Amino acid sequence: MSRGALLVLADGRFPAGGHAHSGGAEAAVGAGRVTGAASLEDFCRGRLHTTGLVAAAVAAAAALGVDPGELDAAADARTPSPALRTAARRLGRQLLRAARVAWPSGELDALAGRFPKGAHQPVVLGVTARAAGLGPADAAYCAAYESVSGPASATVRLLGLDPFDATGVLARLAPEVDAVVSRAVGAARGAVGEGVDALPAASAPLLEVGAEAHAGWAVRLFAT
Amino acid sequence: MHLGHSLSHGGPDAVSAGARRPDGARRALRIGLGGPVGSGKTATVAALCRILRDEVSLAVVTNDIYTREDAEFLLREAVLPPERITAVETGACPHTAIRDDISANLEAVEDLEDEVGPLDLILVESGGDNLTATFSKGLVDAQIFVIDVAGGDDIPRKGGPGVTTADLLVVNKTDLAPHVGSDLARMAADARAQRAHLPVVFQSLRGEDGVRDVAAWVRERLAAWTA
Ligand SMILES: Nc1nc2c(ncn2[C@@H]2O[C@H](COP(=O)(O)OP(=O)(O)O)[C@@H](O)[C@H]2O)c(=O)[nH]1
Ligand SMILES: [Mg+2]
Repeated sequence: MSRGALLVLADGRFPAGGHAHSGGAEAAVGAGRVTGAASLEDFCRGRLHTTGLVAAAVAAAAALGVDPGELDAAADARTPSPALRTAARRLGRQLLRAARVAWPSGELDALAGRFPKGAHQPVVLGVTARAAGLGPADAAYCAAYESVSGPASATVRLLGLDPFDATGVLARLAPEVDAVVSRAVGAARGAVGEGVDALPAASAPLLEVGAEAHAGWAVRLFAT
Repeated sequence: MHLGHSLSHGGPDAVSAGARRPDGARRALRIGLGGPVGSGKTATVAALCRILRDEVSLAVVTNDIYTREDAEFLLREAVLPPERITAVETGACPHTAIRDDISANLEAVEDLEDEVGPLDLILVESGGDNLTATFSKGLVDAQIFVIDVAGGDDIPRKGGPGVTTADLLVVNKTDLAPHVGSDLARMAADARAQRAHLPVVFQSLRGEDGVRDVAAWVRERLAAWTA
């Protein structure tokens, strides 16, 4: 693995469209569930162990070479909200665009040919990790970390939350990110032999419900 | 500069600053309109659509900050059929979506070409932002920066990337100059000093055919693009 390439891919400024998404934080702020650093930490912890774990496992499986089509279907099955499915594919398409320029590869080109309107973002993330010479744990780290860093930075904008407090939340969650990644990679290795049903299917109903409500808001800062 | 990043395998091209679409056809000329909130970007886009829609095949991408109001205004005014207007959501940071991370805008542009193409021209309106917001060359081929006389007649003097480097500077709402005490001659002199040989248009969209000069500039750009 190349630690340098991992930093490039994990950088929040990697131009793959993430800045327009709050990872459910805007809906949670609107519903009064996230009001400051403590509730942000609860929110992020919940997201990390549910959709974060699933995304990390899918990304790791893709990095291990599990068929992207099967993984995309598995991600769909684990994403009840149509709004979130659409967003995940849009983000996948945006990541693919950046990845193909950053790490040109036949696998990424083939993925673009097969999913011209985008595959679920974690699938693209895993294939991107392969193209960048990274492994399944690297891909899982990017997905797991992104599942909490997105809401944290969005909440800084939404609530005017002290950015140091938001970063403190992420630092405190870091050991849990490690744990989620090792679970995700274990499950992904299982999926290599047993198929995608071996992937975790943890879900966060409030995130799905909140995303559907949020998609109907007339005035919002973030796309999701 | 060629940014087409020729790729060996199938699938859509990764980036689309190159002048050709994956099928080899010439893509649409893309012109960005940036500038502060309320300066008249949407009004200019609407006026351009009305005057150019019978001459060329065109579409619009809007980047609203937290609503779809620009797209809705254009739809309500029926300046183009609805399928030719796409709104991009920008995550509270409109300048990011036109400069630092242009992926959502590139997607919108490509989808328009796929779905309603072939297109000659796509206008990309930035969500109103500050005076430093400019478009990436990976997204647009030329950019118009729109300011107005009511925002303060010292804006051309202050400069900034939009005022100084945009391919066309538009000073809008000249009809308001007497009411807000803006000195148009001074604005013109300051703009000339900041921009060397780059063009400046003063316009009022309240007047008959107010967008005439900007439309003429767009036509020149189109002629150069297809030459
Ligand atoms: N008086 C006057 N008002 C204008 C002119 N152009 C636009 N406006 C008005 O200025 C307001 C803001 O225009 P808009 O195009 O929405 O600005 P944007 O935020 O830059 O897109 C609207 O109420 C327009 O009708 C003009 O030339 N003169
Ligand atoms: Mg506007």
